[in-house]
Amino acid sequence: MKDDVELTREDRVANLKGMGCARKRVEDARFTQGKGNYIDDINLPGMLHGDFVRSPYAHAKVVSINTEAAMALDGVIAVLTAKDLEPLSLHWMPTLAGDKQMVLADGKVLFQGQEVAFVVATDRYIAADAVELVEVEYEDLPVITDPFEALKSDIVLREDLAGQTSGAHGPRKHHNHIFTWEVGDEEATNQVMDEAEVVAEETMYYHRTHPCPLETCGSVASMDKVNGKLTVYGTFQAPHVVRTVASLLSGIEEHNIRVISPDIGGGFGNKVGVYPGYVCSIVASIVTGVPVKWVEDRMENLMSTAFARDYWMKGRISATKDGKITGLHCHVTADHGAFDACADPTKFPAGFMSVCTGSYDIPVAYLGVDGVYTNKAPGGVSYRCSFRVTEAVYFIERMIEVLAIELNMDAAELRRINFIGKDQFPYQSALGWEYDSGDYHTAWDKALKAVDYEGLRREQAERVTAFKQGETRSLMGIGLAFFTEIVGAGPVKNCDILGMGMFDSCEIRIHPTGSAIARLGTISQGQGHATTFAQILASEIGIPADSITIEEGDTDTAPYGLGTYGSRSTPVAGAATAMAGRKIRAKAQMIAAYLLEVHDDDVEFDVDRFVVKGAPERFKTMAEVAYAAYNQAIPGIEPGLEAVSYYDPPNMTYPFGAYVCVMDIDVDTGVPTIRRFYALDDCGTRINPMVIEGQIHGGLTEALAVALGQEIAYDDMGNVKTGTLMDFFLPTAWEVPNYETDHTVTPSPHHPIGAKGVGESPHVGGVPCFSNAVMDAFRAFGLRHSNMPHDHWRIWQTAQDLGLHK
Amino acid sequence: MIPAAFDYYRPKDLAGVLALLREHGDDARVMAGGHSLIPMMKLRMAEVPHLIDLQDVPGMSEILISDGKIRIGALVTQYEIIAHEGLAQSAPILREAAMQIADPQVRYMGTVGGNLANGDPGNDMPGLMQCLDAQFTLVGPDGERSVAAREFYEAAYLTARTDDEVLTEITISAPTGGYAYEKQKRKIGDYATAAAAVQITQSGGRCALASIAMTNLSDVPVWSQSAGSALVDTEVGGDAIKAAVAYMLDEIDPTEDNRGPVAFKRHVAGAILTRAIQRAWSRA
Ligand SMILES: Cc1cc2nc3c(=O)[nH]c(=O)nc-3n(C[C@H](O)[C@H](O)[C@H](O)COP(=O)(O)OP(=O)(O)OC[C@H]3O[C@@H](n4cnc5c(N)ncnc54)[C@H](O)[C@@H]3O)c2cc1C
Repeated sequence: MKDDVELTREDRVANLKGMGCARKRVEDARFTQGKGNYIDDINLPGMLHGDFVRSPYAHAKVVSINTEAAMALDGVIAVLTAKDLEPLSLHWMPTLAGDKQMVLADGKVLFQGQEVAFVVATDRYIAADAVELVEVEYEDLPVITDPFEALKSDIVLREDLAGQTSGAHGPRKHHNHIFTWEVGDEEATNQVMDEAEVVAEETMYYHRTHPCPLETCGSVASMDKVNGKLTVYGTFQAPHVVRTVASLLSGIEEHNIRVISPDIGGGFGNKVGVYPGYVCSIVASIVTGVPVKWVEDRMENLMSTAFARDYWMKGRISATKDGKITGLHCHVTADHGAFDACADPTKFPAGFMSVCTGSYDIPVAYLGVDGVYTNKAPGGVSYRCSFRVTEAVYFIERMIEVLAIELNMDAAELRRINFIGKDQFPYQSALGWEYDSGDYHTAWDKALKAVDYEGLRREQAERVTAFKQGETRSLMGIGLAFFTEIVGAGPVKNCDILGMGMFDSCEIRIHPTGSAIARLGTISQGQGHATTFAQILASEIGIPADSITIEEGDTDTAPYGLGTYGSRSTPVAGAATAMAGRKIRAKAQMIAAYLLEVHDDDVEFDVDRFVVKGAPERFKTMAEVAYAAYNQAIPGIEPGLEAVSYYDPPNMTYPFGAYVCVMDIDVDTGVPTIRRFYALDDCGTRINPMVIEGQIHGGLTEALAVALGQEIAYDDMGNVKTGTLMDFFLPTAWEVPNYETDHTVTPSPHHPIGAKGVGESPHVGGVPCFSNAVMDAFRAFGLRHSNMPHDHWRIWQTAQDLGLHK
Repeated sequence: MIPAAFDYYRPKDLAGVLALLREHGDDARVMAGGHSLIPMMKLRMAEVPHLIDLQDVPGMSEILISDGKIRIGALVTQYEIIAHEGLAQSAPILREAAMQIADPQVRYMGTVGGNLANGDPGNDMPGLMQCLDAQFTLVGPDGERSVAAREFYEAAYLTARTDDEVLTEITISAPTGGYAYEKQKRKIGDYATAAAAVQITQSGGRCALASIAMTNLSDVPVWSQSAGSALVDTEVGGDAIKAAVAYMLDEIDPTEDNRGPVAFKRHVAGAILTRAIQRAWSRA
């Protein structure tokens, strides 16, 4: 303790590596040295291996399945089909969206890659050989890949729902229709449009894509028949929810199920849903009594697990002649694929698409969404934004650009005059959200100044002139985007998944020698929770982050939580961490007061210690208090120093940001070159600037991918055309520009530490920014809108359609 | 992504390879770097019950340059092509092209022989070797023979090599003049949307000789004699280049795929070839 006395207060703060410190990620030592423990690293004694027979057809009757030849192969233990699962009522399973989904093909298949039979063998290679030996006879049926056609077609995709005129989200209008979701006042919106001086309209397709995490999905199920315990290791972004669902489905009591998410190699939403592979590995383990592993390969991951987007969005935006926006109308036709397997909060079948009024003060708005079945893979939860905020922000940021064109106005200025003002927060949006805090004008001005916006526009004008005079074949695009995110789902009063409120949790134990362990209901998939949550705690309780272990993902030890997606970990579990820390501190204060022989109110917390008010030389460090908590009988106080907090957030948080992209486009080859990308993010209080920067870089790179080429494309027969990484665009370091990051700090007023969440922001803001850059390059030649992905040929096609290739 | 079972052989000499090929016929395939073959086996698009690894066969890994002749062993990797200083001096187009193949990891494994023998229209080396008028040495049960690169490719994955022959060496005359290898691709590690190999010699400000080949625009590489001739005796100005491009566009036959429709590919082929010619000429 002597040493401490000599340390300055600044040194003591620095020693904690608490909030605001660019602490190196503690996880990276193991990740960069091959010491991670991923699902495929889990090998249990006697473990069997599963593999799927998948449908080559997008829509077909399954006439027969002959497993004889497969069963005859040495090492094959079982081949499960829907018939085997039916007695257990597990041939179908509920989805997180209130629909149901086939676990194994029950009489028909509805998308290419659908699970038809599950082979279990002693060896992964034998399982793969056996898959080839399962003979399935199909009778192909007409395929529908277009949602508009689906709504007109006589073909019934889901016979199991025949005659059901109502689904989980209300009335169904057609046998291929899932739900209609409406928010806002359509009549008032239409009236505003009718009376408006200017109305701009546009239809845009946000194509289907996929998050493609480095690690594919998988599980290892182990049923211990002697003591009745089921352990399931899996790539689960929400392990506690998986435990509850597994219990409900299997009838095994929840205390007898242990779900463990080990290290997860990226999720981005892809690992929120429940997949047939999980169910089959569990059933196979229950049947065989030995552990069963299932790990999908890359093609299976791309073809059959949760996709993202696939939204057809039709918009109208009205304004005065001077550009003041008066109303917004949006209708979405949402292609959900064969089953509705989104993972949105129950009351939000299109997630938080209703944040589509964006960062602008729009008095009246309406959003209508129609969900539709087609012969494509189910999903729709995912990709660095579980809840359709990317779609919403893309929509409004395109509508703003289109309106700017209609008004012949600068798009930066149009944004500025419509921003919600700093003094309007908390702001009630026309579609029902209460934005917590923001200072958009300051962020925007800072961004435009940083890139010398005026100078860029001058340069662009010169380029257009040079192009028209035949001096260059390259055009320049300036992409603008200003986004408002909505994250941190969410308040239990209106956010639940399968009935479970979307709170989150943290439990802390302080050890006698002054180090600690904290467990949370979330699960990192690369976000660096073990680093940042320790920093929150360090600042709250005065124990160095390096002396705090963060543990997540084991349902036997971690408190119940709803998991990690939708940038919710910091807003919800991070808040729980701070609150649990404060409970620790409250008890520690009493102990310190006792040790210092003063009244509770006469000590105050200072960095890492409790100090007698007015007598800074009299103090007890948190470590001393911890020791006393376990070793000294203190009257009226229980031994030990532990706390748990379940945090139900009062509101969502609303991070925002201003992005600018400068791009050169080769008109003849369609090749875009990103010259500059500036990203200003405001995620409220910044816990670890380096981790934030990493999140921004990753999210922007995934945004670049989506905007410039990444898609899950189908042909008319429902075949996936982009099922390998040859054609599914995953950018490398080479394709990625040098990102310039910047920030402002507008804390959330309702979050205990003012933090807002940042994981999704760069993706949400990045996609429209890259896209707007491409389209802006052609604005001078009359382009209003062209759909993503802007890969070489589509950019070339845009130039071709504008007559730029003579 | 799990291959079917196969037997693995690693003979110590070429005779051993040939004996295994004779013994197993169609059921055997040789493997060099494995970076085209193994993915095909994992996708179960190639079934190879008997896999013969060439890595231990001596005498197929050298780069020899003498008397204006360049001899490249079939097992020389793309990385070694890039790293070889002598080669960079006598045939710089090889380095420029190899740098645009795949990524560093693949280039450490992928060989020149594998790239040429594979017969995939997407491979970059075949067009390049046609541009350089290379000769391929094939060794089979009846001994050795030589086939010109320009005669080697018959259709996608079909070449003049018979199943029981091994490609051992590539021979080229050291090129002279200016060169360029220009390739458009969607990302690092992607095969070409269009690629052009151009060698031009210049005398007195006019083109003396030109050789032009393009990749991934037909089911075989396209070496166009007329495109080259269109440049000869000109100052390689706009009209001459347009004429060369027109000849080439006559000979290519691209198909639509995820890279884009035919019209796009033809347009890009013209743009890429124009740039390659201009760059080669600027170096001539
Ligand atoms: C991600 C990725 C990206 C790639 N991108 C490109 C690219 O942009 N451009 C490009 O050109 N290539 C590309 N390739 C292919 C790469 O260059 C291959 O390695 C190369 O084409 C084949 O060389 P190999 O030694 O790996 O051949 P292998 O895979 O071992 O063999 C390929 C075929 O050739 C046969 N073969 C091999 N050697 C001989 C021989 N000596 N005699 C007779 N037959 C033989 C084999 O039997 C087999 O049929 C890429 C590969 C990957 C994995």
